[in-house]
Amino acid sequence: MKLDVVFRIAAKIFIPFMLVFALYVQFHGELGPGGGFQAGVVAAAMVVFYAIIFGLESAQKIVPPRVVELMVPAGVGIFAGVGVVSLLLGENYLNYSPFGGDSQHGQEYGIILVEIGVLVTVTGTLVAIFYSFVGRGRE
Amino acid sequence: MVLLTLLAAVTLGIVRLRNLFAVVILGGIYSFLMASVMIVLDAVDVAMTEASVGAGVSTVLMLATLYLTKSQESEPTHTPLLPLFVAVATGAVLVIGTFALPPFGAADTPANTHVAPYYLENSIRDTLVPNVVTSVLASYRGFDTLGEVTVIFTAGIAVLMLLKGRRQVKPGPKRPRIRR
Repeated sequence: MKLDVVFRIAAKIFIPFMLVFALYVQFHGELGPGGGFQAGVVAAAMVVFYAIIFGLESAQKIVPPRVVELMVPAGVGIFAGVGVVSLLLGENYLNYSPFGGDSQHGQEYGIILVEIGVLVTVTGTLVAIFYSFVGRGRE
Repeated sequence: MVLLTLLAAVTLGIVRLRNLFAVVILGGIYSFLMASVMIVLDAVDVAMTEASVGAGVSTVLMLATLYLTKSQESEPTHTPLLPLFVAVATGAVLVIGTFALPPFGAADTPANTHVAPYYLENSIRDTLVPNVVTSVLASYRGFDTLGEVTVIFTAGIAVLMLLKGRRQVKPGPKRPRIRR
């Protein structure tokens, strides 16, 4: 597989666009369809695609397994932490109103932060499962 | 209609085939068709998820599993009559259930009259977010979404424990003999 020129060139052309698309879906989520979950899934599919074409080792050099496994709880931590911050700012849990200058912008920033949490957990979980599945046969 | 016919054809193929490699690929095709159905129903974000999880990542995971096992399904050891009966009966119950549903897109259903109009009217005023799906998911119903993320987290941790737990045992010292 590693010697297959067509796949490697196609992957090199595709992967930047997949990354841009994932980021677009993530940060355009308030305006168009999508959000953290969809963006996370696309980003994970990108890592899986890279690992299929270039091999597991080179994928794990770019996205190390330790980082991926840390991402799984980190996303939940970000989401729950946003809730705690809004508690500390004197609002109800997960009410984002105090984050911005006025209540509306606060809600907007809160949504963006929370979506980042979703993205991190979804990407981390999918890539971690993929790594441990594919890594099994190689002992 | 074309999509649903193709879905039925792919399903028949999955049921008939014994070669698991072909079944996995057909499963990927099934997910892509399902994603197209979702686009027809205007649920673009669901379609995106279905295309990348169903057709992409889970197909790859299935292939990785096939690499570890054999790729031919073994012959069934019992008659297929009882499973067939259960499947047909469940399908019939579900079809009967759809007769009681309101027509697709009807305006006077509980789903469209309860809280949905409030979200649609006030999303921009409350959150400045034009995409109502996002504002409902992340802001109005943030607790639900936090719960969903926790579900993904728990599932991921559980799978990782199952897959990694055995790997740590394997390269270790040989299992001690049972003492008498």
